[in-house]
Amino acid sequence: MNGFGDLRELYQEVIFDHNRRPRNFHSLDDATHRADGHNPLCGDQLTVYARVEGGVVQDVSFIGHGCAISTASASLMTEAVKGRPVEEVEALFQDMHAMLTESHPERDLGKLEVLSGVREFPARVKCATLAWHTLHNAITQAQEIAKTE
Amino acid sequence: MNAPSQGTETVMDLSDRAADFPILERAVHGKRLVYLDNGATTQKPRAVIDAEARYYSESNANIHRGVHWLSQHSTDLYDRGRERVRQFLNAAQIEEIVFTRGTTEAINLVAASWGRTQLKAGDEILLSGMEHHSNIVPWQMVAEQTGAVIKVIPVTDKGELDMSAFATLVNERTRFVGVCHVSNALGTVNPVEEIVRRAHAVGAVVLLDGAQAVAHQKVDVQALNCDFYVFSGHKLYGPTGIGALYGRRELLDAMPPWQGGGDMIHTVSFERSTFAPSPQKFEAGTPNIAGVVGLDAAIAYVEEVGLERIAAHEDALLQYAVEALAGIPGLRFIGEAAHRAAIASFVMTDIHPHDLGTILDMEGVAIRAGHHCAMPLMTRFGLPGTARASFALYNSRDDVDALVAALLKARRLFGLEEHGA
Repeated sequence: MNGFGDLRELYQEVIFDHNRRPRNFHSLDDATHRADGHNPLCGDQLTVYARVEGGVVQDVSFIGHGCAISTASASLMTEAVKGRPVEEVEALFQDMHAMLTESHPERDLGKLEVLSGVREFPARVKCATLAWHTLHNAITQAQEIAKTE
Repeated sequence: MNAPSQGTETVMDLSDRAADFPILERAVHGKRLVYLDNGATTQKPRAVIDAEARYYSESNANIHRGVHWLSQHSTDLYDRGRERVRQFLNAAQIEEIVFTRGTTEAINLVAASWGRTQLKAGDEILLSGMEHHSNIVPWQMVAEQTGAVIKVIPVTDKGELDMSAFATLVNERTRFVGVCHVSNALGTVNPVEEIVRRAHAVGAVVLLDGAQAVAHQKVDVQALNCDFYVFSGHKLYGPTGIGALYGRRELLDAMPPWQGGGDMIHTVSFERSTFAPSPQKFEAGTPNIAGVVGLDAAIAYVEEVGLERIAAHEDALLQYAVEALAGIPGLRFIGEAAHRAAIASFVMTDIHPHDLGTILDMEGVAIRAGHHCAMPLMTRFGLPGTARASFALYNSRDDVDALVAALLKARRLFGLEEHGA
């Protein structure tokens, strides 16, 4: 479909797909880590859950509400990090952050590349980084969920 | 008196006025700027821009200071601005007009000076559920300091104040009532006369937040009979950083200063200082003199165009917009009060307000997307935010058409059916 110009750079089909049908969109009963993310400017709100065992993110999920960019970014993130070692996830977080805010990292980020158009829309960068920051907080600050909760 | 042959279109048509606003000539993303974020701030007419520039080119000096000619000249301009605001609000006395940075600072002044000295534990502060954060947070701070309790007037599904609930909420413990004249998020025009009457019947003091009202209708503080009225210059075609507080004279006289410094004192010694009378008492330090000059010019501009004409133009435009927007599949209005001013707030099925904001922006259409600094109200409607188109005197039906076209484009981009799912 034509006539959308630069908007197509931001809103690629993959983003619509993940917005309409977010992957891993549920809470995680056996999560070892979780964190809440909130963008007070726009009201986007999400919770990221992770089950980390043996230094590997065995499972990851999220719940919450936000715009298409933040929902798709969170959904794509869960697909990208599931089953990967925590160090790799952290490296990916750094590379994603660079791609969304500064310049493209040296390596190809695969499916996550669909979010690179966000960089040209400064007002929307935080929508895309929110889930990543939240995951980073969850797995680095060791905010373990009390078993009784 | 109302000859039907006299077309209302011509009476309300202000389309030539857009030419008074230089910024409206610019393009955004290669498109004509369609500015529909007037609830956030209005654009400035050349008369205001020139008045501020001229002040710095020809008149700049500190006020109430020098014996030199320029200082007196600057003081005269500042005083003239105060008189302009007095007339604009129809306040009885010039001493009742205090300049502030804007609505937020004016409310903080009342909360810090009147609230902290007059409220005590158990007193009730009654606010409406559609207040801007600026008329919530200062009162929470005062409540914490004094032990006063905040009560909230609920909002109906249509976005109006629940006046029967208000009638039961207002009681002998109610010391203060703070309500917006016009809601920034919904456009609802509140029945402020009735609110003032009922509040006064129990001896409560009433502050009306006029930030979204003064650019859209004539305000007469004596007719309203309110105790405080506050507004910002920048939502009234004036500069940012200047606004005003109207306060009833006897209240202002009894209120202590809230900031200390130069210009607000009578005498100063290290043992004791005595304070100037209102309004100087509340204007410590060198004020925003250029801002007052700009506000003076903005009010002069609005009065030249005529607030009644502006109101008629905007009412017609809002009606046109509501009808046009209602035809868009998946669009739902938030706030459908019987009495609304210049604001259409809405959400769309399957498109988040922020995505709408970006897509519309690429079409040159500037709207506000988000919680509008009214998070309790958004919570009440179960929404993270809305999209808000807010109108000013320079907006036209073309602008509404551009908004509608951009919203339909957003639906196509999101792969939603043109005629609903």
